[in-house]
Amino acid sequence: MPTFEIFGYGFIQRALIAGTLIGLLCALLGLFLVLRRFSLIGDGLAHFTFGSVALVLLCGVSAHWVTYAAIPLVLVGALGILKLTSSARIHGDTAIGIVSALGIALGVILSSLSGGYNVDLFSYLFGNILIITRNDVLLTAALAIVVIAVVALRGRAFFAVAFDEDLARTSGINTGRANIILVLLTALTVVLAMKLVGIMLVSALLILPPVAALQLGRGFLPTLLLAAACGILSVLSGILASFALNLPTGGTIIVASFLLFVVAALAGRWRMRR
Amino acid sequence: MPMILLQAEQLHIAYGSTDILRDISFQVQTGDYLGIVGPNGSGKSTLIRAMLGLVPVTSGTVRLLGQPLSLFNDWQKIGYLPQRLSFANPHFPATVEEIVRLGFIDKNGPKRRIDNREAKQLEEILSRMGIIDLRQQLIGHLSGGQQQRALLARALVGRPALLLLDEPTTALDPETREDFYDIVKELNRELGTAIILITHDTWNIGQYAKRFVYLDKTVIFDGTFAEFCASAEMTSFFGEHSNKTIYHHHGDHC
Repeated sequence: MPTFEIFGYGFIQRALIAGTLIGLLCALLGLFLVLRRFSLIGDGLAHFTFGSVALVLLCGVSAHWVTYAAIPLVLVGALGILKLTSSARIHGDTAIGIVSALGIALGVILSSLSGGYNVDLFSYLFGNILIITRNDVLLTAALAIVVIAVVALRGRAFFAVAFDEDLARTSGINTGRANIILVLLTALTVVLAMKLVGIMLVSALLILPPVAALQLGRGFLPTLLLAAACGILSVLSGILASFALNLPTGGTIIVASFLLFVVAALAGRWRMRR
Repeated sequence: MPMILLQAEQLHIAYGSTDILRDISFQVQTGDYLGIVGPNGSGKSTLIRAMLGLVPVTSGTVRLLGQPLSLFNDWQKIGYLPQRLSFANPHFPATVEEIVRLGFIDKNGPKRRIDNREAKQLEEILSRMGIIDLRQQLIGHLSGGQQQRALLARALVGRPALLLLDEPTTALDPETREDFYDIVKELNRELGTAIILITHDTWNIGQYAKRFVYLDKTVIFDGTFAEFCASAEMTSFFGEHSNKTIYHHHGDHC
């Protein structure tokens, strides 16, 4: 198939547009999560999303509406994770581990009740760009506008919270509200990203591009822009490579972002030695 | 006339049935330099954190610049240097200048843009702290002493009326520690910034602080360092040969 012919397919166009936006969203939010040491929250949210999708499918919701039906459940789960991680009695990563395991366990039970693993559930677990709809693209674009606006207006406050929460509080920042906004936006991103990379891999997209950017970034804004570039590049190269090599898209995107991280880490080391 | 910047009244903090602090009352005015010492677990850090609203108070009140803590929002007037920072990532993508600029605060937190007067203040504080050449370095790439100077610059750049320092010299070598105390003393003397400094470094703080509080879950002693040296509380804190030890360190100070 001629190289440019693939761009004529509607599903490729939708995947590329939604993928670019999701790469951007994951990178922007992921940078704050990584710096805030909330990286595992993406994993916990993804696993909770699995349980939510299994529940939605069990309720007989049509494939077109699964994403939208899962959103409120995942948002509630996100607030629960945040509450647990801030609990003095349970350490943050332990709390996320509990929620992750519970999400997977509920997903397994609910999917068995609905007649076992079916094609729909597998599409959400490992991603399937064929099921990205026009509405998904529009919803992702709307979320991207919200996230870009929040980062532009409140990014400095998020940055201060990531640096030190106590210092941020004594700078008049409502750190609790900043954490809630960050985690809710991440939850929405995770739900919208599941068709692209799959529930099992979405947390990697929240971590790898920001960590790649951190190897090279000097200063807050340059690192944020670098993370966005890494996120978009990972997704676009992953989608195109998966199409050219006939590989699963979700896995290929994550391998692409890992390779980008390796290149960034090597470049970072080289620069340090100079 | 000196203004009361901080006022704690009948402060009581307990975790469950365990008292962390009890019956704490004191105030700090413009130009004060208050050193707080006490044994490990005496509640020093909890006290400073309670005064900033970082830990819940069981009973009692704290007022900053005359306002109850729950209503206070003029954080530009308060500088804080915590004992430990949560950031530990050497790749944290912030330059020294970006960290110091976080000290310019308005009602929404750190300012996005600073005006000419603030830009001048930024230059002055970077210069005063001796870190002007490091302004484009990543904070995680600096030595402990340089990081501490950068964080002190962040606390001071907005010209606070009150500076709270929680064991700021723990990670510093003796020479850097002396420099640090000199800088704080200068700020107090030249700008009139009121200082509350928590430390284990009793000998040094005795040289610098105008007022001395010995804390052990409650205020055991509140007075000058000379008064403290002559007090029974000092013997209980440092042992029976403490007078000789202090004299050895400070000569005429005690």
